[in-house]
Amino acid sequence: MSDYISHDHEHDGIDRRGFLHCMAWAGTGLLWTISGGVLASKTLAQIAKAGEPLPATDLSFLQISDSHIGFSKEANKDVTGTFKIALDRINAMPTPPSFLIHTGDITQLSKPEEFDTFDEVLKSCKTKDVFYVPGEHDVLNDGGKLYRDRYLKRVEAKGSGWYSFNKNGVHFVGLVNVLDLQAGGLGQLGDEQLEWLEADVKDLGTSTPIVVFAHIPLWAVYPQWGWGTSDSERALGYLKRFGSVTVLNGHIHQVLQKVEGNVTFHTAMSTAFPQPAPGTAPSPGPMKVPAEKLRSMLGLTSIQYMQGKSALAVVDSNLS
Amino acid sequence: MITLTRKNKMAALLCGIAFLNLSLFALGGEMKNADGTSTKQNKIEIKDFAFNPQTLTVKSGENVTWINRDEEPHTVVSVQKQFKKSTALDTDQEFTITAGAPGTYTYFCSVHPKMTGTIVVVKP
Repeated sequence: MSDYISHDHEHDGIDRRGFLHCMAWAGTGLLWTISGGVLASKTLAQIAKAGEPLPATDLSFLQISDSHIGFSKEANKDVTGTFKIALDRINAMPTPPSFLIHTGDITQLSKPEEFDTFDEVLKSCKTKDVFYVPGEHDVLNDGGKLYRDRYLKRVEAKGSGWYSFNKNGVHFVGLVNVLDLQAGGLGQLGDEQLEWLEADVKDLGTSTPIVVFAHIPLWAVYPQWGWGTSDSERALGYLKRFGSVTVLNGHIHQVLQKVEGNVTFHTAMSTAFPQPAPGTAPSPGPMKVPAEKLRSMLGLTSIQYMQGKSALAVVDSNLS
Repeated sequence: MITLTRKNKMAALLCGIAFLNLSLFALGGEMKNADGTSTKQNKIEIKDFAFNPQTLTVKSGENVTWINRDEEPHTVVSVQKQFKKSTALDTDQEFTITAGAPGTYTYFCSVHPKMTGTIVVVKP
């Protein structure tokens, strides 16, 4: 089973604690099986193999994350190779996604040659539109200048690189929470960005679906490991009035999700290496798994939106 | 199953002593310079997303060296910007500063700000 988690929470009677339950998300043709609040569905690979086109949705896009180009340790000596596999999966989709979002840690050490490799490999992707937010690994020595010069050309970025855009009636917000971090603290958005966010969403109707993406989770996944953002509550406060908010993050190299009111939080797998589940290891460093198991712990996330359905469907697929 | 004979007992003992010396050295042993003076080795190991030892006392003028033993890059940044910051240290890379005026210097990893440490500088 390579595809295992998703959610389209419509508050339509899904018992998150554990009923086995089947439902179809109208229009997708995918059958979602819910067990313990976790939805399972067909994988992108399975769909591609069957040559079955994805049914029409108003918008579908893909999240890739944590490529860590330049990493070459035991946990994965070929991160460029696994990144390529992820792109192959995207290219094999019968209905290509409208665009990709990359939720940070493009590189391991912010080196120009690592960014070069990433850009070169990405050329093989048929989907050309990519929106980025930086991870801490992309802004190591220059406060993110190189990252901004390369990856924000096509958006109207403000401050250290945050921006928003609209696609098919969905409002997307890319946030930066990996810069100017304070000793002892977590990820941070900062006052300037928060004020911008407040103004950015102020005039939007409450029925506008919102997708927020940032590298470090915007919820307290595991603060002991720095897996959270100190001022995310303030950001979410500005989004509370909206009927559908989807928050997409990377950083922790594993799928975790949480639903709070109308807000769905979701973290994506890495295409490079897995990290341990919160608190299960002495530190959150790269997790070594048997070679044959590695690709099952790497992956990407597909997100679909259909007008009239308030929540977006989020489907994770691994690379095995 | 390995049985300790008199011979390998001795070997084990010697190994143990050697190991002990090495770890003492790593945590602040004395090193003889060519001119016969000695320089204290103030090493801070970065492992499992932590600075070890977390607090280190050194004398003004002595060097302090951090070495990253993680597979994750880390930095050393003074909270009050009291000393130059390191670039991102990859695995096994080192960073050295010379301790300045007596005082307490707190620092952190700007990549993983949960990681903090303290250097206490005393008069020589």
